[in-house]
Amino acid sequence: MSDSLQQDREPQLEATGSVGFDALDMGELERSLRKPRTLMSVFLSGMVTLLTLLALVPLFSVIIMLFYRGGSNLTASNFWTLPPVPFEEGGGFGNALVGTLVMVGIAGLISVPFGILAAVFLAELGPDSRVASVVRFCAKVLSGFPSILAGVFAYGAVVMVTGGFSAWAGGIALSILMLPIVMLTAEEAIRMVPSKMREASIGMGATQTQTVWRILLPTAMPGILTGVMLAVARAAGETAPLLFTALFSNYWIVTNNQLDLAQPTASMAVLIYYFSGVPFENQVEICWSAALVLVLMVLVVNLIGKSFSPRTTER
Amino acid sequence: MELETASEISRPPSAFQRTSDRVFRAVSLLFAWATILVVLYIVWEIGGQSVPALEQYGFGFLTGQTWDPNREQYGILPEIWGTMYSSLLALLIGTVFGVAVAIFLNEGYLGGATYGILKLFGVHLHPVYSRLPSALENLLKNLVELLAAIPSVVYGLWGIFVVIPLIRPACNWLHENMEWFPLFSTPLSGPGMLPASLVLAIMILPTIAAISRDALVAVPPKLREASYGLGATRWETLLAVILPTAAGGIFGAVVLAFGRALGETMALAMLVGNANRISVSLFSPGNTLAALLANNFAEAGGDETKVAVLMYAGLVLMAITLLVNMFGAFILQRSTAGLKGLN
Repeated sequence: MSDSLQQDREPQLEATGSVGFDALDMGELERSLRKPRTLMSVFLSGMVTLLTLLALVPLFSVIIMLFYRGGSNLTASNFWTLPPVPFEEGGGFGNALVGTLVMVGIAGLISVPFGILAAVFLAELGPDSRVASVVRFCAKVLSGFPSILAGVFAYGAVVMVTGGFSAWAGGIALSILMLPIVMLTAEEAIRMVPSKMREASIGMGATQTQTVWRILLPTAMPGILTGVMLAVARAAGETAPLLFTALFSNYWIVTNNQLDLAQPTASMAVLIYYFSGVPFENQVEICWSAALVLVLMVLVVNLIGKSFSPRTTER
Repeated sequence: MELETASEISRPPSAFQRTSDRVFRAVSLLFAWATILVVLYIVWEIGGQSVPALEQYGFGFLTGQTWDPNREQYGILPEIWGTMYSSLLALLIGTVFGVAVAIFLNEGYLGGATYGILKLFGVHLHPVYSRLPSALENLLKNLVELLAAIPSVVYGLWGIFVVIPLIRPACNWLHENMEWFPLFSTPLSGPGMLPASLVLAIMILPTIAAISRDALVAVPPKLREASYGLGATRWETLLAVILPTAAGGIFGAVVLAFGRALGETMALAMLVGNANRISVSLFSPGNTLAALLANNFAEAGGDETKVAVLMYAGLVLMAITLLVNMFGAFILQRSTAGLKGLN
């Protein structure tokens, strides 16, 4: 590119040099819309602006539709009633809300300690070891893993072994999706801790464990929490891994005042999926209300998570 | 005694502390290994469960076109075709928009325009208003990221109630007037490839935009300045210097987005129509591997052959996405390594 530019310019420079500065055609240098190159620049800038605005239309359309279709029918009783059967009036998504919270909770209990401990190894104990590079590769593979395959795995590993759909299977499927997010963000956060603090701690005679627990993890906590929140937001909205692990249920997860995790469990996402294709007006309305609640939950958790992280993008 | 107080503060770790240190390090290493084992276990589980189907159907499974549980005849060629078709179509749309968004963000158009407006009113140095350009830039970036945060099932719901009714008249008009053109050879009766791909494109757009933007940011400012210094316009610089330099990163973004599109389930299961057929028409219903799994697994129940067959389909999906993802990661790694020499 620079070569071609030079070749274009050289004869011009010689010409102006021979006739002197006064003869320089200032019009050549002016930025004018009549010149094709300026016109093209303005046109392409306009195109990019237009495409960017168009790309944001779906976001606003989704949010407007959610408030328009879901918000108008949302009542407080939706939150503690069971899903309606066809032709039934009223009803809600209480059991699905509880089910989502329980299964995301199970997934969090598995993936958060797992992810953080592995991240400590990746960032601190053996960052350059061979194991670490393999683990990092595996985490990246998992983060690009189609969510439905997490469900397929949990079906084979849990549902087929225990002999039935359960909240456990759903939670385990979700934990596989959360694990790489937690691990990779925690590793990044621990790495961001200034090495001075780490060296000061070791210089004081602290063991590596003490350094990790007293210095690194507390300092890296905002970043780690961001990762956990993002993982929770992702898991709460996932449908595919739950379809044939937790399945769905029209009833509460609590039987005889006891939390029973070994039975099919409803979740918000699966409820939306099932009710989106039915011809019954009331169920479709519940579906939209559930979608509004789910999106608000996911967005709030997402934004809380992002608010923890000190924006590092301003390099 | 000074020495004694000093040794009190920085005394060597006690036996308990040394033991706990060793235990903690071992536990941490154990969990790191467990990550590898989880991946291996997943591959082994899905692979192992599909062995019966592998033995029974072999490679004919990949080229068969019938899906008939009653006669135990299974083939997933239509699903492979549908997966590729919808993903490539979505990739085409998503790349155009995603790269445009990345350029828009990286060039700071919004900030520049806001600054221009502020300057028009003479408040561009105002302590509060002067922060507006960068605040708006940040807001725009977060809005694009929010596109990725909306659950796919909600996009599916939106697709059923908004996208399909919206595009149906136009699609059917195209079909009636240009039926000879293979892409428009069937009418859009409801669910179909085009609405599914449109929604899929929206879902992969944030991935393409974010990674492409990283690639654009990584282009050394020197190159841009040199090009401006030679008298090139903004778009001459972009097309001839910046985009070619960032091409590797953008290509990596596209490949990773392709991987995401291949494995995306819900929006497709809700919008693609679940019809077992191969058609080049944009408006024809079809099916994808992920949607096939989503729709059939829950009912497979005690039918061992069907479970094995579905596991086999899952194995195929896993193999395709793994290959695509590894290829994408490899390209990204190489492109960032190539840029290091320029700094």
